[in-house]
Amino acid sequence: MEQYRIDVNKGIEFGLYSIGDHLPNPHTGAMISAEQRIKELIEASKLADEAGLDVFAVGESHQTHFTTQAHTVILGAIAQATRNIKIASSATVLSTSDPVRVYEDFATLDLISGGRAEIVAGRGSRVGAYSLLGYDVRDYEELFEEKMELLVKLNNEEKVTWEGQFRASLNNASILPQPQNGHMPLWRAVGGPPASAIKAGYAGVPMMLTTLGGPATSFKTSVDAYRMAAEQSGYDPATLPVATTSLFYTAENTQDALREYYPHLDTGMQALRGGGYPKQQFAQSVDYRDALMVGSPQQIIEKMLYQHELYGHQRFMAQIDFGGVPFDKIAKNIELIATEIMPAIKKHTAKK
Amino acid sequence: MKIVGISGSNVGSKTRTAMDYTLQIAREKYPDADITLLDLAEYEMVFSDGRDYREYEGDTKVVTEMIMAADAIIIGTPVFQASIPATLKNIFDLLPVNAFRDKVVSMLVTAGTAKHYLMVEQQLKPILAYMKAHIVPTYVFIEEKDFHRKEIINDDVIFRMERLVEDTVLLVDAYVKIRAAKDAEYDF
Repeated sequence: MEQYRIDVNKGIEFGLYSIGDHLPNPHTGAMISAEQRIKELIEASKLADEAGLDVFAVGESHQTHFTTQAHTVILGAIAQATRNIKIASSATVLSTSDPVRVYEDFATLDLISGGRAEIVAGRGSRVGAYSLLGYDVRDYEELFEEKMELLVKLNNEEKVTWEGQFRASLNNASILPQPQNGHMPLWRAVGGPPASAIKAGYAGVPMMLTTLGGPATSFKTSVDAYRMAAEQSGYDPATLPVATTSLFYTAENTQDALREYYPHLDTGMQALRGGGYPKQQFAQSVDYRDALMVGSPQQIIEKMLYQHELYGHQRFMAQIDFGGVPFDKIAKNIELIATEIMPAIKKHTAKK
Repeated sequence: MKIVGISGSNVGSKTRTAMDYTLQIAREKYPDADITLLDLAEYEMVFSDGRDYREYEGDTKVVTEMIMAADAIIIGTPVFQASIPATLKNIFDLLPVNAFRDKVVSMLVTAGTAKHYLMVEQQLKPILAYMKAHIVPTYVFIEEKDFHRKEIINDDVIFRMERLVEDTVLLVDAYVKIRAAKDAEYDF
C-alpha cells in the first residue's frame, strides 16, 4: 500500500469529492454564479484540509448543471490553497483526453502540492463530453481501455514507447515534468456492474468504486471480482487499494439529515437524470445495510463500519455537494465528519 | 391531468382509427383533461443511441418530453411479427429505465386475427412493468373484422374503449391519493 501513499496503520481514509454540480438550492431557489461555486469548492478543500481529512477530489463534467469542466485547473488552485490533504480527480474522463496531457497535468499538480496528487481515470457516465470534444461514443469501451493502458505505462516507465489507435505513437518519449517520486497513485473509476471492476483487477490498478445507493452487499460482488481478477493476473490483492464513493449528507440527527437532504437528492436527480428520487426508497436508505450515506453521524459510522467489514476497503470518498447543497451545509458536513465520524471509523479500522 | 395517446406504428390506419375513437371518448368524458395524440407516423424519430432523452433534437425530443410530462399514457399498437412495431419499441428505448414511474399506462391493440390476443401480455406488458408503469390490467383487443372503412363497427369494442378510458383516469386519481398518503408517512 505504501506505493499508493496509504498507511493502513491509520485506518480507513476519508475523502470528499465533487463533480462540480451547479444547481439551484431547492430549499430557497437561490442559484449562485459559476464563479462563486468554483471559489466555494476551493474554500471547501481548505476546510477539509484544516479538519484533517485525507483526500479532496474534483471530477470532470462537461454538461450543463456543472462547473468543473476544467477540473485540473481547479485542482491546481486547491493544491496551492491546501497543505496536507491528498488531491485527486473524481474522475478524469480519460476517454476524451490525451493520456500524455493528463499525466503532465497531474505530475505538475504533484509538484505544486508537494507529492499529494492522484489520478482517478474513468469513462464518464454522462456521455455529452464525447460529442463536445470530438469523440465517437461508439468507441466508448476501446477509447478508455487503450488510453488507460497508456496512462499506466506513463506512470510506470521513464521512457515510453507505445502505439495505439487513438493517439500518435510514442517513441522512447520522456513525459515531463515527472511527479515527485517518479510515480503517482493511479486509480480506475468503476461504476455499476462488475465488468469494469474485473478490468481494473486484470490490470492490477487500484479501484475506486461508486456505491451510490441500494444494498451495500450488491457492491461486494464487484469488490470480490476485482480482487479475484487481480489474483488471476498475478497481483497480490492485499497490495491493491480499494476505495468506495457515495452520495453523502449528515446532520446532528437523522430527521434533520433526511429533511435537509431529500430536496437536493430529488431535484438533483430530476435535473441530471430526468427522474426524481422516490421518497419510499429514500426512507429505506437510513438502514445501515443501504449504501447511500445519509443520516446522523452515528448512522454514518454504523454504515461505514458495516461496509468496511464487507469490502475491507482502504478509502471512502463522500460526494458532499449533490443537487445544490449550499456552502454553509457543506462546512457543517465537514465539521461533523472531522469531529465525530472520522475519529470513530479510524479507531475501529486502524491496523492494530 | 395530462393524457398522451400514442399511435404506435408508422403505417396502416387501424391503430390510428382506434386511438381517435378512444381519445374522442376521453375528451367527451373528461373535458378538463389535457389530451394529446402522438401518431408516430407523423414524427421523424431517430433511433435511440443511449443518450439522455432531453439531449435529442427535433421530433425525438418533442415526443419523448411529451411522454415524460404525461400523467397517463394510452398506447395503441398493431401486431407486427408477433410483437409490437419497432417504432413503438424505439420510444421505450429512448426513455430512461424508470420512465413510467408514477404514470398510468393503458393499452389497445389492433390485429389481423384473434390469434394475436396474448401478444400484449407477452411482449408489451413486461416492458411497461420494467419501466415501472402502473398498468391498467385489461386492454382493448380489436380485430380486422371490427373495422369497416376506418370506422369501428363492433359495439363491444366501443364499450371496452369507454371502460379503458374510465379505468385509466380512475387509476391516475387513485394513485395520486395513494402517493399523497404514502408521502405523508415520511417526515422529510
